[in-house]
Amino acid sequence: MVPVSPDKPLLDELRSIIGDRARAGDFELGLYGKDGSVLEGRPSIVCLPVSTEEVQQIVGACRRHERPFIARGSGTGLAGGAVPVGDPVVIATAKMNKIIEVDLDNRVAWVEPGVLNLDLTTQLKPLGFHFAPDPSSQQVCSIGGNVATNSGGPHCLAYGVTSSHVAAIEVVLPDGTVTLLGDLTPEPAGYDLRGLFIGSEGTMGIATKIAVRLTQNPPEVRTLLLDFSDVRDGAAAVSAIIAEGLIPAALEMMDHRAIEVVEAFVNAGYPTEADAVLLVELDGLAGGVASGVEIVRRVADAHRVGNVRVAADDAERALLWKGRKNAFGAVARIKPDYYLHDTVVPRGKLVEVLEKVYRIADEYDLIAINVFHAGDGNLHPILAYDAREPGVLERVHAAGKAIITASIEAGGVLSGEHGIGLEKRDYMGMLFSEHDMTTQDLVREAFDPDGFANPLKVLPSGSRCSDSFGQHVPEGAWV
Amino acid sequence: MNTQHSVEEPILKYAADIGSLGPVTIVGSRTQWDVGGLPSPGSREIRAPAGVWSHQPEEMTVRCGAGTSIRELNEECSRFGQMVPFDLNPEATVGGALAVGRSGFRRLRYGHIRDLVLQIRHVDHSGLLVTSGGPTVKNVSGYDLCRLLVGSLGKLGCIAEVTLRCLPIPETTLWLTGTGDPFEIYNELYRPPSILWDGDQVWVGLEGVKSDVESQAALLKLDQTDSPPPFPEGGRRSLEPKALRGLVERSEGWLAEIGVGVVHYTTPQVPEPLSDPNKRLMSELECRLDPRGRLNPGRQLVAT
Ligand SMILES: Cc1cc2nc3c(=O)[nH]c(=O)nc-3n(C[C@H](O)[C@H](O)[C@H](O)COP(=O)(O)OP(=O)(O)OC[C@H]3O[C@@H](n4cnc5c(N)ncnc54)[C@H](O)[C@@H]3O)c2cc1C
Repeated sequence: MVPVSPDKPLLDELRSIIGDRARAGDFELGLYGKDGSVLEGRPSIVCLPVSTEEVQQIVGACRRHERPFIARGSGTGLAGGAVPVGDPVVIATAKMNKIIEVDLDNRVAWVEPGVLNLDLTTQLKPLGFHFAPDPSSQQVCSIGGNVATNSGGPHCLAYGVTSSHVAAIEVVLPDGTVTLLGDLTPEPAGYDLRGLFIGSEGTMGIATKIAVRLTQNPPEVRTLLLDFSDVRDGAAAVSAIIAEGLIPAALEMMDHRAIEVVEAFVNAGYPTEADAVLLVELDGLAGGVASGVEIVRRVADAHRVGNVRVAADDAERALLWKGRKNAFGAVARIKPDYYLHDTVVPRGKLVEVLEKVYRIADEYDLIAINVFHAGDGNLHPILAYDAREPGVLERVHAAGKAIITASIEAGGVLSGEHGIGLEKRDYMGMLFSEHDMTTQDLVREAFDPDGFANPLKVLPSGSRCSDSFGQHVPEGAWV
Repeated sequence: MNTQHSVEEPILKYAADIGSLGPVTIVGSRTQWDVGGLPSPGSREIRAPAGVWSHQPEEMTVRCGAGTSIRELNEECSRFGQMVPFDLNPEATVGGALAVGRSGFRRLRYGHIRDLVLQIRHVDHSGLLVTSGGPTVKNVSGYDLCRLLVGSLGKLGCIAEVTLRCLPIPETTLWLTGTGDPFEIYNELYRPPSILWDGDQVWVGLEGVKSDVESQAALLKLDQTDSPPPFPEGGRRSLEPKALRGLVERSEGWLAEIGVGVVHYTTPQVPEPLSDPNKRLMSELECRLDPRGRLNPGRQLVAT
């Protein structure tokens, strides 16, 4: 006896709102069960709205049918934030992808949430501006996703993460009300709801329009590639550069294994014999850039740098960055699968924690590759593995937990830019007390007392009412 | 268990002073005392602990008690060529400056002071300590309560300790003044720290290495001056940057921050109204985080 699907009344209502852009049951829906992490959920209904009004009506229908919902951008998130658990209706922003207005007088652009990060910058570039947050996934990730995860990127070292670059967000709140958080003025009245929403991973509502601040393109850019025959010298050079009072636009590091795989993949001329390279970018006015280059050279010399390669032109600069930005794809050359971690440690602890990461990988018989935002101490250890090996995922998870523990013991934090989502939800207690988390939950509740928006994310279940929609962890998912 | 750094003794005392009963008002240096309305009579006045507890120049972070003066904070930072660009009355306390949440006159370059905050420890309505954010320069672990507390006038919690990001003190600073179109000047310069305009005269603050400051100054037909003009202190408005073009007539004294949108007036200004949904969200936050309304009563962000 398999009668009509229990979803049918809701689906009928959703179809009356957005027609066949409300989908259920087809094979391709499986894609909506995953994001960029190894976690997987079960999507039963997916909606592809094109406007704020449609999002509002979809949320209204969900409420009437007592079904939670989850916002989804491009699904590149690495913390399982967009993985549906608790059987939410997936509200994907892919069709809300218009750049609404570029307002140069206010130096902001209004965009829909599904606009891809790089598409905005590509459009702005000829006007002399760009959107500063540049996650390595910028070709594919959405600005709505950037806002929800408070994304960073290589150039956030000097320019700050997403929160510093968003003026206002139109949000469909979990009760279906539409509101504008923040505005184009410098000091909006009341509490900073905009700042609170950024990084809330879809648990406070759905962003339907975003006003991002535009950053002037730098008149001068210099990109340097420094190689070191000992990774420890490279890491020590990172803190020494910052200690000189120099904040480069970007300061990225790759270890020996990363250099090897990247070089084999993109042929950027990276020195494969080096133990580590630093990719340093300085930008701004000519004088500051020139003096920055001198400081970097001097510090690097004092740390036994090998070769210092300065990109001669834009083409060479692009090539050096291509290596960095394709590092994750290149990993596939050694193993078919990888788990990308994200923790932050004080810069002064980079050497110590990196050594621990290698030891942990050895202990669990995994390969660790390090490509990361060294300038702000943001580690991204990649654990490469082959999912077909029996029992390997358990080892990957155990190693991951050990890396997080090592980072926190070194005075670091759980995540620098990927967020908590589902992946690190149950680790929140490593950084925060019960009372800290209860307070965070009170704040979340002010937006969503009934737990409709992206249930079971960010805070461990049990901290108050976040488990209203059951705690079922889907097959294959790990929390 | 919470593995973040241990809690300083004065913080515990501050939490005990706030306790869990009766209305309390946190006193800083009273430099922006009347913002948001005066405290209700009869509430206990308490001072936040002062002291720079750790400055890690190589991390470019500094941790201090909320009662520390901006002067003391920057004296410590400057020993290592660093600064925290608050740009307020140096006698103001760090906690007071953050609770009021008004940015300084170099915001055009350095952003809102909110973006300098890495971690906040606050005492909540029940006298308990709450930590949010993290000690590192980058962090997205958990909800961003730090941003919420900045500009909250102490109504959601009493700031006890903060960890802030430091910046290098620029090699050269130069102020210029004269007449000219401030909007054209803004378009001419690369990320200047400050452009101020009173309707007639402009002031431009430039910072950086000497050659850059000189080359930027050479783009402008302005004369050198010592400092920015005094800021009118009667009132303040927050406008869209492009709306500053509408500020033509000099019927009253004002000084506008070009590119930012803050306008300083000699006379009091009426705050902008909140939208109904935002008012509701804000009231929800207040009644959850301070159900008995005992924290800084009298101050008002959400008009009733
Ligand atoms: C190869 C690779 C490299 C990466 N590099 C970086 C990096 O350098 N820096 C960095 O920060 N991240 C990086 N990421 C992670 C990821 O790209 C970012 O977190 C990105 O911001 C996610 O955007 P998305 O559109 O894919 O969001 P999704 O994965 O679809 O969603 C992420 C979260 O945001 C929520 N969400 C999405 N849209 C909305 C909306 N409109 N309203 C409310 N909530 C919403 C979702 O519910 C979910 O919780 C990388 C990922 C990959 C795969």
